Amino acid sequence: MTLELSGRDQSMLDGEQGPSAAAAMKILVAFSNAVGAPSLLDIAGAHIDGCLYHGKAGLDFVERLVEGGGRVQVPTTLNVGSFDLIHPGMVKMPAAEEVPARRLMRAHLELGCQATFTCAPYQTRFRPGFGEQIAWGESNAIVFANSVVGARTNRYGDFIDLCCAMTGRAPAWGLQLSENRRGRILFELAVPDPEPSDSLFVGVGLFIGQASGDRIPVVAGLPQPRDEDQLKALGASAATTGAVALFHAVGITPEASTLDEAFQGHAPEATIRISRADVDQALARLSTVRDGAPVAAVSLGTPHFSHEEWMRLLPMLREIAPGRRIPIYVNTGRATLTRLQEEGALAGMEAFGLIPVADTCTYVTSILERLDGVVMTNSGKWAHYAPGNIGVSVAFAEMRDCIRSAAAGHVVRGAS
Amino acid sequence: MTQPVAKDAVDRPGTFQLAGEADGAALVFSQPLSFWGGIDAETGEIIDHSHPGLGQNVAGKILVMPSGRGSSSSSSVLAEAIRRGTAPAGILLERPDPILAVGGIVAEFLYDIHMPLVVCDIAGIVSGDRIAIRVGEEGEAIIQKAQ
Repeated sequence: MTLELSGRDQSMLDGEQGPSAAAAMKILVAFSNAVGAPSLLDIAGAHIDGCLYHGKAGLDFVERLVEGGGRVQVPTTLNVGSFDLIHPGMVKMPAAEEVPARRLMRAHLELGCQATFTCAPYQTRFRPGFGEQIAWGESNAIVFANSVVGARTNRYGDFIDLCCAMTGRAPAWGLQLSENRRGRILFELAVPDPEPSDSLFVGVGLFIGQASGDRIPVVAGLPQPRDEDQLKALGASAATTGAVALFHAVGITPEASTLDEAFQGHAPEATIRISRADVDQALARLSTVRDGAPVAAVSLGTPHFSHEEWMRLLPMLREIAPGRRIPIYVNTGRATLTRLQEEGALAGMEAFGLIPVADTCTYVTSILERLDGVVMTNSGKWAHYAPGNIGVSVAFAEMRDCIRSAAAGHVVRGAS
Repeated sequence: MTQPVAKDAVDRPGTFQLAGEADGAALVFSQPLSFWGGIDAETGEIIDHSHPGLGQNVAGKILVMPSGRGSSSSSSVLAEAIRRGTAPAGILLERPDPILAVGGIVAEFLYDIHMPLVVCDIAGIVSGDRIAIRVGEEGEAIIQKAQ
């Protein structure tokens, strides 16, 4: 199949709009040919997962686009970087790594990207609308945009997310197109009258991520979530154990008001039952230690803590009053942090050990003071990746149990 | 760099995802290999413990496998490996792979190094075969295997 280019696409490719646009279009064309897209389509926005420093080639690429006078053509948000630019000194890194890592964040701004530095761009004023075509990187952001918002993106990654932003175009293929968004595999939650607890959504996410393969999952039988943060947790977990870019939850997500709509009138290719034991087993795998183990830190906010989550956490901190012995790190977007500061919501909270972290995340860079103890988290994604990334032991629990454990100094879970 | 190919070589046609010429010994896997988490870009060594190629080195080889696999971060790893000279000399796949294509084309753009990425029939190629990738008159790929 030959890729059909518009006049403007061709003009970019021919270098009439500068060398950076030409390079971006050339890469986008190679990608689009490889996936068999017939043409490109306009996008309304992009989210770039390119600010974590992984090697010189990544930085060279952005620098070359800057040198060529390149600018992003659509509103473009940035994922986390290696630094908390709001709280200098929080990240400890050798100078040889620090210089290029800081430059990588800065160079993206010179291309006209927004200084959001968040993995939850859907919490910012750049949140897309239902049905909008976008090109996003970062697995949790992709699954949230597709599933919870109903915007349309494929899983874009390295280089190609930025090429979409630089051209304002994406391949007309995959999840950008209605017919490819239908559910393929049905998961029936076989738990009678389930409590809409945070861990239920995490557990279901972990389970469907592992069992879906490349088929779009549809979940039936979920309780109505308390808020979209529970769907954020489900999607992030599913994108952690699998490659899920879109899920439908019947009666909950916008393209699945009924089972029939979720499958666009087709029959599921397979049906899988999720029992209480399946959920419990998926959650149990996240913890590498038993109850009672000493706690070194708590890490919340992966993906980045929303304003609503802060409004649940802050009263909990005041009530349980954990003292400052155990640090409670909370990863959040800088826009959310600014809003909290303007509201005066964080005043005095450091007495409870609270340490807000912006622009980055506690599992991608060196922030934690101690790596020798157990870190508690309410995030399925953090619990999955942190042991490999930064070498900590993890105990997964509901947010309330994380705070209770910080107060007790050891892992406390469940009713008491 | 291009070496003469044995006279009794057998040609097979292919389609370039990225055009270029290369020579090297085939390194053949029936199981796709993810560059991210699968290859150390500093050395070219295969580090994926679940892959049968664990411990072998892709640098300078003609890597032959059915398809690419895994995370989009593989694009960065391939581009970085090409920059460092630890990448395969060329890659033959049965099915096109967008992630490897992006990594290769970015390296081409940045460093002017052309690593051919070819879609072709890979049956009958075994590890150690001398493989030459050539550009045909119509711009098509020609894969020559020394007998």
